[in-house]
Amino acid sequence: MAGGLFMTLAKSLIHPILALIFAPLMLGVIGRTKAILAGREGPPLAQPYHDLRKLLGKGAVYSRTTTWIFRAGPMIGLASTIVAVLLVPFGSCPAPLAFPGDLILFAYLLGLARLCTVLAALDTGSAFEGMGASREVLFSALAEPALLLGLAAVARETRSLSLSGMQAAQTLSAWSGAWLPLSLVAVALGVVLLSENSRIPVDDPNTHLELTMIHEVMVLDHGGPDLAFILYGAALKMWALAALLIGTVLPIRVGLPYTWPVDVALSLASMLGIAVGVGVVESTMARLRMSRVPQLLIFATTLSTLALVFEFGGLIR
Amino acid sequence: MTLPLVAIGVFLGGGLLALLAGRFPRASTASGAGGAIVGGVLGLYAALDALVFGTTASLRLPWDVPYGSFSIAIDPLSALFAVPVFGLTALAAFQGIPSLLAASDRRSVGPPWFFFNLMAAGLAMVVLARNGVLFLVAWEVMALASYFLVTIEHRRAEVREAGRTYLIATHLGTASLLAMFALMGRHAGSLDFDAIAGNVPAEAAGVLFLLAVVGFGTKAGFAPFHVWLPEAYPAAPSFVAAVMSGAMSKVGLYGLFRTLTLLPDASAWWAWTLIGLGIGSGLWGILHAMAQGDYKRLLAFSGVENVGIVAMGMGVGLLGVASKAPVLAVLGFAGALFHVLNHATFKGLLFLSAGVIEATAGTREIDLLGGLSRRMPAVSAATLIGSAAIMGLPPLNGFAGEFLIFSGAFRTEMVLGSPSSALALAVIGALALIGGLAAVTFTKSFGIVFLGSPRTERAATASRPHPMMAAPMFVLAAACVLVGLASDRVVGVILPAVAPLVGMDPRAIPAIVRESVEPLWSVNLASALLAWLVVTLAIVRGLLLAGRDVTASSTWGCGYQGATARMQYTGSSFVEPAIKFFAPFLKSRESLASTTGVFPGEGSFSAETRDVSKDALYRPAFAAVGRTLARLRWVQGGRVHVYVLYIGLTIVALLVWYLGVSAR
Repeated sequence: MAGGLFMTLAKSLIHPILALIFAPLMLGVIGRTKAILAGREGPPLAQPYHDLRKLLGKGAVYSRTTTWIFRAGPMIGLASTIVAVLLVPFGSCPAPLAFPGDLILFAYLLGLARLCTVLAALDTGSAFEGMGASREVLFSALAEPALLLGLAAVARETRSLSLSGMQAAQTLSAWSGAWLPLSLVAVALGVVLLSENSRIPVDDPNTHLELTMIHEVMVLDHGGPDLAFILYGAALKMWALAALLIGTVLPIRVGLPYTWPVDVALSLASMLGIAVGVGVVESTMARLRMSRVPQLLIFATTLSTLALVFEFGGLIR
Repeated sequence: MTLPLVAIGVFLGGGLLALLAGRFPRASTASGAGGAIVGGVLGLYAALDALVFGTTASLRLPWDVPYGSFSIAIDPLSALFAVPVFGLTALAAFQGIPSLLAASDRRSVGPPWFFFNLMAAGLAMVVLARNGVLFLVAWEVMALASYFLVTIEHRRAEVREAGRTYLIATHLGTASLLAMFALMGRHAGSLDFDAIAGNVPAEAAGVLFLLAVVGFGTKAGFAPFHVWLPEAYPAAPSFVAAVMSGAMSKVGLYGLFRTLTLLPDASAWWAWTLIGLGIGSGLWGILHAMAQGDYKRLLAFSGVENVGIVAMGMGVGLLGVASKAPVLAVLGFAGALFHVLNHATFKGLLFLSAGVIEATAGTREIDLLGGLSRRMPAVSAATLIGSAAIMGLPPLNGFAGEFLIFSGAFRTEMVLGSPSSALALAVIGALALIGGLAAVTFTKSFGIVFLGSPRTERAATASRPHPMMAAPMFVLAAACVLVGLASDRVVGVILPAVAPLVGMDPRAIPAIVRESVEPLWSVNLASALLAWLVVTLAIVRGLLLAGRDVTASSTWGCGYQGATARMQYTGSSFVEPAIKFFAPFLKSRESLASTTGVFPGEGSFSAETRDVSKDALYRPAFAAVGRTLARLRWVQGGRVHVYVLYIGLTIVALLVWYLGVSAR
């Protein structure tokens, strides 16, 4: 029994460890995908790791306008993203922290991380960063209903209020019975993933000084270890949302008691698949005009609502 | 039972002495504030005692009023609402001392302290009263005392206008309550709450419920009965607004909760009504809060949003009662009550913060401020805690309350059939959107006021806050953190207050919702983990930066060197995209004098968002009533002998009617 408990604990710690190690790799894969599609050689896959190491080795320059909030922001932001990762299941391993309603905590922890970035941006008193902050808060406010209503549809389908419970109930046979609502939710969460991580078509992570920017412009004034924390936090957030998508909505796993290493490997492969997908989207689409972004997010909310309609209508089952 | 009465007595005594000593500002302040603080602490002790140990006590004294009896009692439900009443009164009084003394050369401090203490006594009495007449008397005392506090600055025309709006709104509410109690009395034959409970026939319950929603909803601030809030709160001094928003609007909700315990079991449409009102108030409130430029107006509209959240919780609770699902009922009501406590804490904190800003910088116009966190770091930290709590972020108290309401809605959605589930989904979607918009609103209010560089001379030269103005904020900020970290314990204390609402034995309730309350323990675990991670990262960062170059420079302006404080984003520009997006619901007026031509003159821009419901809903309605009643104006000719004739005619008519009745 004690051995079983130990095993469960060890299994649940696999995901956080993988996330902490491989999260920056997703950014590397996205960058590489974009380079290849553009016909370039591109940076090495491990480029984000090099960036992080370089930043961690630097000193820091702080604006005279800033206060302790600017310095605390990156730390609290990274810490809350790490706790959010601890709530997400992976492969067929449950999350280390799982309880009914953990999906609410997940959404609100990301909110806490966002607050830290936004306030640090406003702390600099820069017009650019204020602009980025203003857009960030509006878009995330519109993304919130899409995320929570989408998860509500999954909760109804799997009769579970915890992310790990949803993952456990999300088998291939269950999925085939409700593929339509679940794929709608998958698309909705995909849009949330792109928007929350400031990727095209919502935001372009490559143009630091253009006024189209949201996330990148908010961190203009950070440098050194602070910026490393922010970059790492952004990578982890990307990882967390992608893991949420494949963990709770898509049944990419065998799901037998002894196949968990296979499931973890399958999930890792799907994470890389999502990274490639994001890279393809970024290479083939243009960024939307700012005024069009809310429409995209409402489209995602509509998909989530539609999924719920199908759930209740029982049209599919 | 004596302790709460003693507390009320101390309020009244302190207030009377303050009035009598009005010529001597210091003595009057000592007596008025002393009464409020001592009474508040005594009452808080009694309320916490009743809440934590779940005790009930009652007292009944003879009272020579028809249908009246001096019947008071304290049970967990009363105690829960008494906590903010007594606690906020005591804390706000601290800020009241420097705030009223600063203006003592212009006006006497006696009357404000008298009315402040009278309002506190009225609030406490409403929560304790167990008889309809006593309740209404206390209700009126509370309403009138607060009217005189709202109009302290009555020399300003807009304050008089705000006072008038408040007076009319509160009395329309009272009229509805009068009708409600009269109907209750007709059915029960008595106005004692004990007699009313169980004696209201089911077919009368619906009307009573609606009257209660209108009457109490006006005080609490449900949209569309909320029009007085954004007028009255900014007009009142901030420490009064803290009590009005933190305690008085909660007492309005108390009335609704208490009425639900008196009425027979809820029907499903009650839940629909409350959830509809809740979603409407929540979204209407937060959208208008977001658009406001005046800090206190913003807070007032956010009060509308928060009572909306409470109403959603109550609606989920009623849905559970109506569909015989005790888990949902308990979760909904417990979430609503928890949010009541939380809102009292952080809204009290934020109004006190507004008081500090107004006193030190001389304005509460968000766009004229900025950079205050350098001048008052502790006040800024406390305000940040309050702002994060009102956004519902973990690990603070706001999250725990919303978590329970969310859990209730998610469970409803999972277990109940279609119509109820649709309602639960509306709650989930609305709560999520409200949460996001609250983040927009309060990052704006905190970020623009406290961060960046000062936008005007006034903000740059803001004085240091008086320690007594800021001190109560720290107590409330600590409460936000502690309640958040001990949320599972706090829920345990709230559950007995839920018992009369769901008609269950208090001892049976914890077992029913164990599955939904235990997660709060995990939330606390996550919070502890978060705190540990933050500390670890801080140490890592400190070690990394030790011995390296850490220099100060100016903010990166993309190479532009001439940046000034006026080029910063303002509150209006911060929310502009959101206002544009929600334009169908917000009537925003912009005026722009644009700079054109080769040698442009001065340009200007201003934007203002007004609440349309007053202009579009109430003004036409009141105008129509006024026109109709104007036709009866000939009755009042101003000649005394005609009036005497009216009296004579009335007496004759009554005599005839009486004889006719007795002859039958």
